[in-house]
Amino acid sequence: MPYDLSMTTPGRSDRPFRVAVAQIAPKLGDLAANLETHKRIIAEASRNGADLVVFPELSLTGYFLRDLVSDVALTADSGIIAELSQLSGQTRVVFGFVEESSRNLFYNSAGWLENGLLKAIHRKAYLPTYGMFDERRYFAAGSRVRCFDTHLGRVGILICEDAWHLANTVILGADGADLVILMGNSPARGVNSSELASQAVWHHIARNVALSLNVPVIFANRVGYEDGVCFFGSSQVLAPGGSTLAQAAQLDEEILWATIDPAATRQARIRTPLARDERLELTLRELERIAHERGHA
Amino acid sequence: MNAATPDPNRPLADTNPPCPHSVDAQDPLVLNLPLVRKILVGFIRNEVLRTGLKRVVFGLSGGIDSTLAAYLAAEALGPENVMGVRMPYSSSSSETMEHGQLVAERLGIESKTLSIANQVDTYFAQLDDDASRLRRANMMARQRMTILYDQSAAFGALVLGTSNKTELLLGYGTLHGDMASALNPIGDLYKTQIWELSEHMGVPAEIVKKPPTADLWAGQTDESELGFSYADVDRLLVRMVDLRIPLDVLEKQGFTNVFIERVTRMVRTTQFKRRLPLIAKVGPRTIDRDFRYSRDWGT
Repeated sequence: MPYDLSMTTPGRSDRPFRVAVAQIAPKLGDLAANLETHKRIIAEASRNGADLVVFPELSLTGYFLRDLVSDVALTADSGIIAELSQLSGQTRVVFGFVEESSRNLFYNSAGWLENGLLKAIHRKAYLPTYGMFDERRYFAAGSRVRCFDTHLGRVGILICEDAWHLANTVILGADGADLVILMGNSPARGVNSSELASQAVWHHIARNVALSLNVPVIFANRVGYEDGVCFFGSSQVLAPGGSTLAQAAQLDEEILWATIDPAATRQARIRTPLARDERLELTLRELERIAHERGHA
Repeated sequence: MNAATPDPNRPLADTNPPCPHSVDAQDPLVLNLPLVRKILVGFIRNEVLRTGLKRVVFGLSGGIDSTLAAYLAAEALGPENVMGVRMPYSSSSSETMEHGQLVAERLGIESKTLSIANQVDTYFAQLDDDASRLRRANMMARQRMTILYDQSAAFGALVLGTSNKTELLLGYGTLHGDMASALNPIGDLYKTQIWELSEHMGVPAEIVKKPPTADLWAGQTDESELGFSYADVDRLLVRMVDLRIPLDVLEKQGFTNVFIERVTRMVRTTQFKRRLPLIAKVGPRTIDRDFRYSRDWGT
């Protein structure tokens, strides 16, 4: 059987690309103000040669929305998204928003804008509902974790809690990710040691994805305060294998710049051919057995 | 001050400590002080400025809690935007007044002295019953609250809360009195952590080292009134509340059953002080039950 050419994107670039991570403090529930922030940063990043701008989770709305969720929701064909799309051009944009489906379900979603179009959406599939989090009360859970093809390679997006579930990393790896984007709204907590506990965990997760999948990883986290809760920032861009290409400040707003080089990904994959040695059929067989034994299938 | 080594000069209520003094290798009360300072300063700046105001006003008692809050606020907003109000009663100690003055001078913040004696005495003089010490203490705390809220309007400021996590959890405060505020930077810090952060921020030693008191009557100290030391109760509370260690495990770790039960009861019976008043539900969307918005909504 001939191999499937559809897995390679026509026109996919192998040249290094410039990434800008927008570590911002969105205004809670204020779509207009946040849209202006997005437009300003996209324009600035575009002027400075960014190929990709990544915003944090729910960057258009803020996080602790509670009953505001339906008020700030956008459909995929909304004017606001069209307005943002038009700015995308050669600068691709990843942003977070509340997405309203045709059945009036509300998702915590991320959009990928490219060449003036909304090319892909990831709906957060794992909604934290414990401790200080209450997302299942307000959001519907997405049901897909999939990579999509872009001119910068095959991309997988995970939103905050998604990344805490190892299975999603496995799926993105199996789906052929060349780049993984982790969008967070992670609050600062655990101030007992030299590093914030929540930050230490996140950097661990990001490094693990970069190491396990041999891909570059972008971790975009917000800053600012909502109802006394502080978001820690500390966004990162990691090289395949997990070394740090760029590190943003803790707690302060910043545009973090990094250059991702597909040639480095190639080198890392030659050194450690983990993807080649993956045993998808073995993984599937064992997961199916486990699901069967537990009565899930 | 390190939470594991309480000041030897501070009176301990019980010579037989109700808890062990070294439970974990990693003390859960230890703080990354520069980081906590940055988060709390950012909190005050952010949560005040977003309202359109830029000032705070607080009750300047000369005690450690209001002093730390003042240090954080001065750093966040600039001393010119912070006002401390000293509100003595006739029984207030001179030390209270002096330490308040010391803090104001050290920080270069504005301070005011407004006595509550007349309004408290006028009220009780109208009554023919013999008001208990507790009633008089609560009345004083609430008179101070009315002054702070009026001063906040005069100064164009928000009222800065100065209750710490230990007293909030124990309910050791006056509802609508000293517990009333617009925002509280130190309400998630235990008392022993307040001491640590205060030392880190350069609060004068005489304020850090003195025994905590509400100064509502002569000779009152928190620890003699509570019957245990802050060092002990903080060790217990951080394990009960933050680490959620089951009570039987705490007993095995050496906390006495009597101490655990006493503190558990104090936390439970004062839950009402930490919540909004109960609202009888009749409509489709009741405030805070199914009408849920963040407070920062619209700011």
